[in-house]
Amino acid sequence: MGRSLYKGPFADDHLVKKVADMNDKNEKKVVRTWSRRSTILPDFIGHTIAVHNGKKFIPVYITENMVGHKLGEFSPTRVFKGHSAKAAEKGKPS
Amino acid sequence: MARIAGVDLPPKKRAEVGLTYIYGIGRTRSRSILFRANIDFSTKVADLTEDQVSKLRQIIEDEGAVEGDLRKEFSLNVKRLIEMGSYRGLRHRRGLPVRGQRTHTNARTRKGPRRGTVANKKKVGKA
Repeated sequence: MGRSLYKGPFADDHLVKKVADMNDKNEKKVVRTWSRRSTILPDFIGHTIAVHNGKKFIPVYITENMVGHKLGEFSPTRVFKGHSAKAAEKGKPS
Repeated sequence: MARIAGVDLPPKKRAEVGLTYIYGIGRTRSRSILFRANIDFSTKVADLTEDQVSKLRQIIEDEGAVEGDLRKEFSLNVKRLIEMGSYRGLRHRRGLPVRGQRTHTNARTRKGPRRGTVANKKKVGKA
């Protein structure tokens, strides 16, 4: 089920604050965050946010298209290295 | 012959069903269109008058995209997901299910015919 509109998009406050600070000071720093659940807000555009994938931080450069998606969508949590040699011929990653 | 949105409607079907031959129109939408046009669901497509057909055309036009436009919209959406490097885009790129379904078994719609199992018939190309 979708989120009620009256609440507006969800994003963790600590992240929003950091980005707002950067916007005020007009600077661009890579922000590390664990907050994969935060929605990408229009304020984030142009920043690079390092999103934790459970192991390390994946830098995500935010473009206009990404607004409305969650940060976690851009930081894959699984690594698929393919199957054993026998099965390698089928379903290899592009 | 009723021709709407570049599709010939089957003359022998009821209007409710006939409209669903247009890409982007299912039973629900078909019914709401006919309702708006004040046409009985059960009228055969062949029995529709010119007036009724043009009315349907008009309603479908301002209801939103169908056929080519809709297909284009869909593929643009997919392309957008792929280009921005999202997880969903990745799944599209690999031809795997996008919405978190299991892939251990099933998922054949996305993955295409089975490949490389024991003593399988000739290998089938990637879908």
